[in-house]
Amino acid sequence: METIFVSLGGGLMQAFEPLNLFMILAGCLAGLFVGCMPGLGSVNGVAILLPVTFLVPPTAAIIFLAALYYGAMYGGAISSITLGIPGASTAVATVFDGRPMAQAGKADKALMAAAIASFIGGTVSIILFTLFAPPLAAFALKFGPQEEFALMLLAFATFIGLGGDDIPKTIFSILLGLVMAAIGFDIISGQPRMIFFDMVELQRGIGFLVLAIGIYGIGEMLWTLESTKGQVQMHNVKITWARFKENLKEVKVYINSTWLGSFLGFFVGTLPAAGATPAALMSYGLSKTFSKDPDSFGKGNISGVAAPEAANNAASTGSMLPMITLGIPGSPTTAILLGGMIIWGLRPGPLLFTESPDFVWGLIGSMYVANVATVLLNLALIPVFIRVLAMPFTLLTPIIFILCVLGVFATTDRMFDTWIMLILGVAGYLMRKLNYPVAPAVLAIVLGPLAERSLRQSLISSQGDVTTFITRPISLTCVILALLLVSYPLIQRLVRRRTAVQAD
Amino acid sequence: MSFVKSLAVSALALAVAAPAVAQDWAPRKPVEFIIMAGTGGGADQIARLLQGLIEKKGLSSRPFIPINKPGGSGAEALRYLQDKAGDDHTVMMTLNSFYTTPIIQEDLGVDITAFTPIGLMAMDTFLLWVNTDREDITDLDSYVETVKAAGLDWKVGGTGSGQEDSVLTAMMEAAFDYDVTYIPFPGGGTVAKNLVGNQIDSTVNNPAEQMEFYRAGNSKPLVQFTGERMAAFPDVPTAKELGVDIEYYMQRSVNGPPGMSAEATAFYTNLFEELFNSQEWQDYCTSDGLTCDNFMKGADLANFHATQKVAHEKLIEQVGAKAITGE
Amino acid sequence: MTVRQAELLMGIATLLLSLGLMWNVWSDGLRIGWVEGRGPGAGMWPFWLSLGMALAALATIVRWFQGKTPESRSLDPYIASETMFLVVVSAISIFLLLVLMTVIGTYLSLMLFMLFYVRFLGKHDWRMTAGFVIGAPIFVYLLFEVALTKYLPKGWPIFEEGFLWLDNFRWEYF
Repeated sequence: METIFVSLGGGLMQAFEPLNLFMILAGCLAGLFVGCMPGLGSVNGVAILLPVTFLVPPTAAIIFLAALYYGAMYGGAISSITLGIPGASTAVATVFDGRPMAQAGKADKALMAAAIASFIGGTVSIILFTLFAPPLAAFALKFGPQEEFALMLLAFATFIGLGGDDIPKTIFSILLGLVMAAIGFDIISGQPRMIFFDMVELQRGIGFLVLAIGIYGIGEMLWTLESTKGQVQMHNVKITWARFKENLKEVKVYINSTWLGSFLGFFVGTLPAAGATPAALMSYGLSKTFSKDPDSFGKGNISGVAAPEAANNAASTGSMLPMITLGIPGSPTTAILLGGMIIWGLRPGPLLFTESPDFVWGLIGSMYVANVATVLLNLALIPVFIRVLAMPFTLLTPIIFILCVLGVFATTDRMFDTWIMLILGVAGYLMRKLNYPVAPAVLAIVLGPLAERSLRQSLISSQGDVTTFITRPISLTCVILALLLVSYPLIQRLVRRRTAVQAD
Repeated sequence: MSFVKSLAVSALALAVAAPAVAQDWAPRKPVEFIIMAGTGGGADQIARLLQGLIEKKGLSSRPFIPINKPGGSGAEALRYLQDKAGDDHTVMMTLNSFYTTPIIQEDLGVDITAFTPIGLMAMDTFLLWVNTDREDITDLDSYVETVKAAGLDWKVGGTGSGQEDSVLTAMMEAAFDYDVTYIPFPGGGTVAKNLVGNQIDSTVNNPAEQMEFYRAGNSKPLVQFTGERMAAFPDVPTAKELGVDIEYYMQRSVNGPPGMSAEATAFYTNLFEELFNSQEWQDYCTSDGLTCDNFMKGADLANFHATQKVAHEKLIEQVGAKAITGE
Repeated sequence: MTVRQAELLMGIATLLLSLGLMWNVWSDGLRIGWVEGRGPGAGMWPFWLSLGMALAALATIVRWFQGKTPESRSLDPYIASETMFLVVVSAISIFLLLVLMTVIGTYLSLMLFMLFYVRFLGKHDWRMTAGFVIGAPIFVYLLFEVALTKYLPKGWPIFEEGFLWLDNFRWEYF
């Protein structure tokens, strides 16, 4: 334990070296900016990085990259809240309550909650990371396909309450998302699936961002245009010092969701292949299930902003763990971070901690500092972000449409996806008008591929024996938890009825 | 007759044109550097390393932009490059799915021999790995014995049906006359992690994917599928030494779309040759167990592709596409 | 069209979509059943889930006939005529933006798109219009091409040549 503090002290000293401190600030700003553009996430930020890395030593470069990663994580929440478009898959759940809050003129509260929850999530996560990295890495290794599938079951179980009130339409939406996720090349059998009209582009499949930006960008914008008859302009909130302090006091309303999200996020993030998206969704679902007022979720409950934001920041720190200790990226961005480390001659793997301690502790130290820097930057910039909402719709609408089109193009470099985005956006709009919930489809397309793949991997490895999910301890635990979660609302209702009967 | 004539004419044209234009042509816009695999994999790492080196050394007047097109084991990338015929600003980093994907997906309509060969950067190698916990397995014989006893309970991890390692796994099944259960994972890194976590029993990974676990003593190689022992693994026997006729490599070459102009081809060939000879690249080869002895280009590389294509056709016919796709 | 009619149409469309997906999986010859010793075949997941979609769509249609959903009883217009204009114009303008991007390139299309919204829909003054029409491509160029090194679509060769001529200044002088 003592050695950890000594190393951490060294790491923090390193983070405060002028060059590294500058890198942290520059990285946070760049990440924040890139992250708040719909469609652009930390993955795109890497392009900014490359020229930088030739000028500075590897530690400074990775610090820049880590700061950029943090900045983009925070930034994702900004476009989710102000524009209603998730900047990255990790920020989808933030839209559910962040957008209604912005529409109700509480954008500043939502942004503040997002920033503070992100900060707490990030900090909890780094502390856990510092203390328990090696044992957690060993635990992550125990996670095979069976455990992954059980985790996905758990994730689906947390969504139970997320659907609309029309059950057939909700089911349709979930299944549509799951089926769309299956389009493309099946890695298990090596066969192309559902390639319509022999379009070879479909072999890549329909990405999450294409659907999310289609539905939340184009579809939502059409919906808003219609429901406000072109008066998209929202309440222009005046930010005053008094309001700032008042917002700060609200922390206690969402602090429980934040703690939940932080620990859950870190834990899920450390598992290879899971990453921050399921973490954020699970955190949102759990917060809703255990809330005293679950019906207010989705209509602008501040805990619904804090829970996923705490979780996605915690998870993004957590996902550095498998990367640093095992050399396995937990998310696409860490995959590129990993590539960066290799270019600098650093080999992520079990030996990195012992062979390049300066680098590892420098990175960990800078994560503490980057987290503080980002939350301060973010709080300071809230008034700027709010300004976006004051724009008249004839200016805001074309900007959003253009950012949607270019954001989708930038993720895959093909026009094909922008066409799919437009089609899905219009279809989503038409369906939404008929009370088809769209969120379940978006969630399903994220988790669908993970669930199908891990299910089939497990069954191949057990040669078709379904009991494989309940004979392994970790997997069994997840399955039981999932069952409990599914039955929780039922149990709650039963208990309530019984107490009601007794009261009579 | 006319064939010979046109060959002679084009050779003459090349001989006259090549040295003169090599310096003249330079890209006028950013070069699309297509990677026929996803982010984080071996091909992606190499392409991003090369991109970094190009930038660092200032070899190109415009940047190279890596673009991943992983769809359908490279089918998407192959079709994309085919449709870019005649384009001078697109090059692609390839792996062996360059050969196998057009064979397995017959209706793709891609003829890789029409592509413009630029340069072979490296030959990647394969080794057979097991977890160090398996103390009962010390060499190939004890491995085969254990696998035969385990039968379908033996789980081999790989990067996907139809990928190189599934071909190699099928080759081993045929050579040793056993059947194993092949489990696909997304990417070699995940496979390596599952081996170390004992979720799978063995795998045929590239050295780069296992190197760190090997150095940490988590996994051990049993046999290498190369012609000669690699410098990085002097104590690991080759399959041929043990009397098993399996030699299999992963080519990592750069190719352009069909009909790329001679000037552009010369430019890219020079550029990648310079990279190939750089200290950074050679160091990377040594540390990652890549074979980078000579830079193959032009007609040599075209011949190489042609022979490899035929060899893969035969291989897939032998083991059967069924054995590779698994269903 | 009323909401009531729209719901039936959507029910039928989603049913046809689901059946189409099922047929597609089936006709590709993917294994839709349980493969002995291997678990689900390649087509199992999409096929049976599509069947579930079809059943959900059917349920919606049945509920429509029973008049159970609020939509099936609503005789309001599906898209009100006064908002129809905005929605259709937006959808078509994006459609045209995408078409134009492949013909005249991203930047010229962006300028037209901005001109349309700011001047013709928004009726802002020419100063504002000019600011957005010129500002948007510059912002996009700096963010996407310079900072993020993305090569946005440039359209037909003649337009691409024009762009490259301009772009050359960046490489020559910076």
